[in-house]
Amino acid sequence: MLKINNLHASVEDKAILKGINLEVKAGEVHAIMGPNGSGKSTLSSVIAGKEEYEVTEGEIFFDEENIEELSAEERAHKGIFLSFQYPVEIPGVSVTNFIKTAINETRKAKGLPDMPAKDMLKLIREKAELLEIDRKFLSRSLNQGFSGGEKKRNEIFQMAMLEPKLAILDETDSGLDIDALRIVASGVNKLKSKDNAVILITHYQRLLDYIVPDFVHVLYKGRIVKSGGKELAHELEEKGYDWIKEEVDA
Amino acid sequence: MDLKEKLVSSFMAFENKVDVDAPLHQIRNEAIKIFEAEGFPSKKDEAWKYTSLNSILKEDYSVFPKQENALEFSEAKSYMLHEMDTYKIIFIDGKYSSHLSQTTHDGFDICLMSSALNNPKYRLVIENYFNKVAEKDGLSSLNTAFATEGAYIHIKKNKLVNKPIQIIHFSTGSEEAVMLQPRNLIVVDENSHVQIIERHQSLTDNPVLTNSVTEIFANKRAIVDYYKLQNDNENATLIDNTFVNQKQESHCFVHTFSFGGKLVRNNLHFYQNGERIDSTLNGVTIIGKKQHVDHNTLVHHIEPNCESHQDYKGIFADKSTGVFNGRVIVNKEAQKTNAFQSNNNILLSDKATINSKPQLEIFADDVKCSHGCTIGQLDESAMFYMRSRGIPEKEAKALLMYAFTNNVLESVKIPEIKSRITKIIAEKLGVNLGFDL
Ligand SMILES: Nc1ncnc2c1ncn2[C@@H]1O[C@H](COP(=O)(O)OP(=O)(O)OP(=O)(O)O)[C@@H](O)[C@H]1O
Ligand SMILES: [Mg+2]
Repeated sequence: MLKINNLHASVEDKAILKGINLEVKAGEVHAIMGPNGSGKSTLSSVIAGKEEYEVTEGEIFFDEENIEELSAEERAHKGIFLSFQYPVEIPGVSVTNFIKTAINETRKAKGLPDMPAKDMLKLIREKAELLEIDRKFLSRSLNQGFSGGEKKRNEIFQMAMLEPKLAILDETDSGLDIDALRIVASGVNKLKSKDNAVILITHYQRLLDYIVPDFVHVLYKGRIVKSGGKELAHELEEKGYDWIKEEVDA
Repeated sequence: MDLKEKLVSSFMAFENKVDVDAPLHQIRNEAIKIFEAEGFPSKKDEAWKYTSLNSILKEDYSVFPKQENALEFSEAKSYMLHEMDTYKIIFIDGKYSSHLSQTTHDGFDICLMSSALNNPKYRLVIENYFNKVAEKDGLSSLNTAFATEGAYIHIKKNKLVNKPIQIIHFSTGSEEAVMLQPRNLIVVDENSHVQIIERHQSLTDNPVLTNSVTEIFANKRAIVDYYKLQNDNENATLIDNTFVNQKQESHCFVHTFSFGGKLVRNNLHFYQNGERIDSTLNGVTIIGKKQHVDHNTLVHHIEPNCESHQDYKGIFADKSTGVFNGRVIVNKEAQKTNAFQSNNNILLSDKATINSKPQLEIFADDVKCSHGCTIGQLDESAMFYMRSRGIPEKEAKALLMYAFTNNVLESVKIPEIKSRITKIIAEKLGVNLGFDL
């Protein structure tokens, strides 16, 4: 589904990603871990099509198509979803109106008519229930004044509405209390199927107890320096990153 | 002959024609003298530093429309709020159109300035109110000198006007270029409530210069809710002089939506003559090309315990220019004044400009006054966030701009106006968002 070859990316002439190789197949869950500032969020933004980042080398294929030239919205229409580490506040646009617009624009791009209002309402209700989101919450301005946990839950609500093929969850677990983590994780698990894939960016093993990864990668200084199975996450939890840093820097 | 000379010399002929014995004779004569002395403002005037009328004054305007023109409802309809029942006072090239209007004298007078000026029945109101709050600057005086027609609205005590009133000034373009001087007088007596919508609309691309004066008197505990919808053609210039005199406990809201025209200058000046008065001035400006919109506001707090709220939002594309000059005066006696002002702007191109200047003159010590001005671009991180959810760039921009203007739209109390304005904004931005905010 996703294939990244030797990806180099920079922002303002500063190289951040320095040769990433990653393949994610349908049905798989990949976890990406790594110290602060190693380039995890940059990688997710580049996959999602943030123009600020310049791809200087390498390529990204999504469903066999090179997506280099595609805009962020075109990538979204193809089924790429990014749950932001820091969701943006948009005062004046309600959660409901925002998600309606996102869904109908995605449908428009696929040549489909707007979703009938009744169906939309039903879908919203269903997904809000799945994530235990209060209905009142949906009429508030998007992310404005939301607590850290509410923002993250709202990201997953949007993901549930949009049903992407590839979901990249950038530290969705940070800021969630234990109950919220369980709710969000079970939401993600319910949406998982053999046809879609998830990339989890996290610092904590905790989330991986709920959403069990098939692969764990360590990103350090813009490169994937180690990959393994779910036991790698346990090892990192125990030993930290020093041993990996030493290996790499040696 | 330049426009000023032309106006001054045609005044004589005009006065003779009107009636030398008319009560306004003296007021008019004084007014033309002021105009003669002051003329049109130039960039040398501090208040006109960023707005030049030079190129506009070069047109050869006809100052008295030569013929009466009619307009079919079908031609006028789209500019009218026809989806709801309203009173209508409609003018075509400065002349009243009884055909399109719906006036009343039942419980309140919603009719014409010309009949009010000529009918002894209204003499007292005219004497008490006409030209009483209008300032005596060159442009307002010019209007006063030629004032013959416009809306006359007098809502007597304890009346709730059952539907909004539309005042629309059409120009048909039957002449090459025309100058109009509409004059509106609105008197709202104790405990009464009225909603008014005002619009100036030209129907062709022929140049029009409108120099309008509106006097609003909100007496004790009156509520006046006023909407100015400025979405005129590219060759239309509007100088809107609106003066509001408020008495105790009255509330007056003026919303100004500026989307069109070649040049628009809004002089919107409030005088608070009483305690516990509330004045609200809200504006949304969205322009592009080489359009120019200048908001010149004044709130004069004269007595204690009053409030004023100003919230102006501007979005400027292409080479458009905006000016916001918000003056707040708080007299020494006006303790416990709360005066808030904010002016936020988004520049969509690096050739667009905005000059924003708050002017606070506070002479009382126990007051709360604040002002804030921002000038920015659209938030890039918000753009990426929206686009990453599948909302295309153009729609994402539009949504952000809607959001930016949203709190002003929220304060519009007539839903039909709100959806009308939402539609105009969507048209301006070239998108269809599929929902009303
Ligand atoms: N727009 C930008 N301008 C300048 N530097 C940037 C920009 N975006 C990212 N960087 C830098 O790139 C590096 C990688 O940042 P990134 O956010 O991808 O790290 P991360 O692995 O997600 O870290 P964390 O675990 O703290 O979220 C950092 O040094 C960061 O400061
Ligand atoms: Mg990060």
